[in-house]
Amino acid sequence: MTKRKSVLRFLPLTAMLLFLAGCGEDRLTALDPYGPAAQWIYDNMILSLYVMALVVIAVFTLFFIAVVKFRRKPGDDEIPKQVEGSKALEVTWTVIPILLLIILAVPTVQGTYFFAEEPPSVGASGEGEEEDVQPEEIIIDVTAHQYWWQFDYPEGFTAGNEVYIPTGEKVWFNLTAGDVMHSFWVPALGGKLDNVPGIESMVWLQADEPGVYYGKCAELCGPSHALMEFKVVALEQDEYDEWVAAMQEEEVLPEENTIEADGRQVFENQGCIGCHAVEGQGGAQGPTLTNFADRERIAGVFEFNDETLESWIRNPEEMKQDNNMPSYESLSDEDMEALIAYLNSLSVEEKMN
Amino acid sequence: MATAAATQTKNKSVLWDWLTTVDHKKLAVLYLIAGTLFFVKAGVMAVLIRIQLMTAENDLISGQVFNELITMHGTIMLFLAATPLLFGFMNFAIPLQIGARDVALPFINALGFWIFFFGGLLLSMSWFFGGGADAGWTAYVPLSTREFTGSGMDFYALGLQVSGFGTLISGINFIVTIINMRAPGMTMMRMPLFCWTGLIMSILIVVAFTPLAAGLALLMLDRLFMGQFFIPDYGGNAILWAHIFWIFGHPEVYILIMPAFGIISEVVPAFSRKRLFGYSAMVFAVILIAFLSFMVWVHHMFTIGIGPITNSVFALATMTIAVPTGIKIFNWLFTMWGGKITFNTAMLCASSFVPTFVLGGITGVMLSMAPVDYLYHDTYFVVAHFHYVIIGGIVFGLIAGLHYWYPKMFGHMLNETLGKITFWLLYIGFHLTFFIQHILGLIGMQRRIYTYMSGQGLETMNMVSTIGSFVMSAAIILLVVNIVYSAFTSERITVRDPWDARTLEWSTPTPIPEYNFAQIPQVRSLDPWFYEKVHGDGKMKPSEPLKDIHMPNGSILPFLMALGLFIWGFGMVMINMDVPTVVTGIVIAVGFIMTFGTMVLHSKEDHGYYIPLERVKKIEKEVG
Repeated sequence: MTKRKSVLRFLPLTAMLLFLAGCGEDRLTALDPYGPAAQWIYDNMILSLYVMALVVIAVFTLFFIAVVKFRRKPGDDEIPKQVEGSKALEVTWTVIPILLLIILAVPTVQGTYFFAEEPPSVGASGEGEEEDVQPEEIIIDVTAHQYWWQFDYPEGFTAGNEVYIPTGEKVWFNLTAGDVMHSFWVPALGGKLDNVPGIESMVWLQADEPGVYYGKCAELCGPSHALMEFKVVALEQDEYDEWVAAMQEEEVLPEENTIEADGRQVFENQGCIGCHAVEGQGGAQGPTLTNFADRERIAGVFEFNDETLESWIRNPEEMKQDNNMPSYESLSDEDMEALIAYLNSLSVEEKMN
Repeated sequence: MATAAATQTKNKSVLWDWLTTVDHKKLAVLYLIAGTLFFVKAGVMAVLIRIQLMTAENDLISGQVFNELITMHGTIMLFLAATPLLFGFMNFAIPLQIGARDVALPFINALGFWIFFFGGLLLSMSWFFGGGADAGWTAYVPLSTREFTGSGMDFYALGLQVSGFGTLISGINFIVTIINMRAPGMTMMRMPLFCWTGLIMSILIVVAFTPLAAGLALLMLDRLFMGQFFIPDYGGNAILWAHIFWIFGHPEVYILIMPAFGIISEVVPAFSRKRLFGYSAMVFAVILIAFLSFMVWVHHMFTIGIGPITNSVFALATMTIAVPTGIKIFNWLFTMWGGKITFNTAMLCASSFVPTFVLGGITGVMLSMAPVDYLYHDTYFVVAHFHYVIIGGIVFGLIAGLHYWYPKMFGHMLNETLGKITFWLLYIGFHLTFFIQHILGLIGMQRRIYTYMSGQGLETMNMVSTIGSFVMSAAIILLVVNIVYSAFTSERITVRDPWDARTLEWSTPTPIPEYNFAQIPQVRSLDPWFYEKVHGDGKMKPSEPLKDIHMPNGSILPFLMALGLFIWGFGMVMINMDVPTVVTGIVIAVGFIMTFGTMVLHSKEDHGYYIPLERVKKIEKEVG
């Protein structure tokens, strides 16, 4: 794969695409792949572009010659020779496209199976039992909701809207949906697969470098479909292990008589905890907030700061139409301040350090 | 046609004449008018969509309204704009091209038009009752079920059901016409390619619209009567709908592109002054494409998680479609090759179709590679791809056909200068709008999003795309201006054949008498009119003596029958509205009785009437 890529790099079409890759946002654009799945897709897209370039060159050349050369001159009333057709030509433009298609057909079938690879435990026993799961193999259950993402880890904890994975190994995502169809897409890491309610399907991704990758919902799922983004946070293996351990720790309540403690009280009194769990304690109608302060974005898309957080809590419908969170418009400023302070204290990354 | 109709409609108003007409030429005009209205409506929606996407995090249009716009834009463009516009040309040209006096079933022809029209109207009513349909034109469940979407989807299910029924019976009518009504000597392999593609399109309609009707019925049962076909919580299956929809949806694409292929295959030979290169290969390719179009639907569902075996099989099947399509492209090129090409507006549109369609075709092949499609699927790459095929193929085909047949239909030409400006504006605007969308898809812009976040590198290209859509709008406005301007300023055409063309419709006098051909012509070759001009005396040989001509009676019943279906459909939608059950029941009953009552009325035999020989002679003298 890498060998072919290095050859192709010198060719103009690739150069053009690399130039275009500069247009897109790093770790979002698929033209700058960060893992083997995205790399495979990119390489084969380039392959198909070369094959298709042959077709385009042939057709455009013939077209422009015909258009320039065979114009009728004014006053020319001669009737051109009425040609019925040509068997030889018909055979030519039937056989050559077939050959070109075979070049594309081989990697197509190979790739279909490459992406369909199942986790070793599932492949071995058909139905993967809990005990069979090898410790190093990661299968994350992904449930898509209107309009947020729930990531359940094999260790038993849950993350919302931002999924952490280790670098350099395949991570499997077991996709389903809680309401309507969604689609799980991380362009810089690989292809997409739909989250279909009532059905589970498996896709793998691998990030070769640590970093934060953009993820999006790619299937129309309602008015706020555009705002259903998520992030994939890739950590080095040892950092990832620490993160997993930190996520599993028992809940530490804020010290008494601090603003965070007041916030926690608001969190319970207002019923936030009924939908948003912290450290596994609480409901699951909304994203879990265990590591809320580590988030890149509020509600998947909005800039992370106290003002946005406040307007989100006061009127979520205004910011993300049709979402399921009730508004807390009448919350007193005092309570709001405490609540925000509490939410900002919910960091797992801090525990790791 | 005015003279002949005068005796029949002496005391009737113009409006009544058009409401009751069964003449294929008048129905063609009705189809064109209705199609244009829907086209403009959906076009305005497209511009609104582009304005909303012009800048990042734009809040001009809310997500809900945006979803209504994209859904109605797609649904209207495919079902209520492209289909009737193509039907308009088919209605006009096919009977003339095969040397017939009308279609086989003129009553059904009128009925098909009115049912389609009222179905479209029913769908459009949604705007006045809580907003348009909003689950995408594919209406994927469970989003399109009652739990997640409002009454717009009820109008979608019922409106498409009714209008699809109209399209279906029109399709049947075309099949019967093309098989039975050909003039003596007009063998299948002498038919113009437009008739061939019309025939294949109609067969596709019959086979593809039936699963759509079944699917819509199931969706309606789910939405109105608490059915459980598609709702996972009750044991329904969400993927089932996707299958049913795409078993219809993929052939639908070919239903639309086929007649456009046909128009190109008429215009290119006419203005290259050369017969179509490889006619039999073209016919073979059309049949093959139609056949293959039924075995590739899963390529719309590669990412739904259906497994590597299915994906591989359907990927390979999809690739094979490229072969017959390539055959067509090269045959068009070689029709121009060695010809004497005149570049008027019609030919500009028809010839530029070739490179544009190739660009849509190659992205089609790229999309067929299932694992790479995991990237393209549901992104702007796909949006760019199907607009290249639909605008680059169907819209350019339609505009070529409009300029080509306009003198025959309306007795005057469209202004060429305005026409050429229209073409260049449309051509440049189109590429500006859609080429860049390929790249937008690859750098991470998914489909059907009402906005995108700033800082994701998507701003510039979206702005370019929106500017392109303004240029395209200017072109369409200019086209409408041209139609009005030409109506007042263009010279009347009295010659039969202003283009020096090749097929039978150009052998009729202009304006065409109600009965088309005083004597049904004897066809001696492919391109019969060209053949007689070169090898004969420049006139078609008659295949029958001049005699009384049998014509069908006009009737208001098709209009009433369709109106009944509209009322029935509206009543069905009312089930989900906040109105008393009794009222709903009455509306449904009125519509039902109206439709079936008119059917009973129509069961009385109607033998039509005869235009006496003297009248025919008189008319022929006038127009000749």
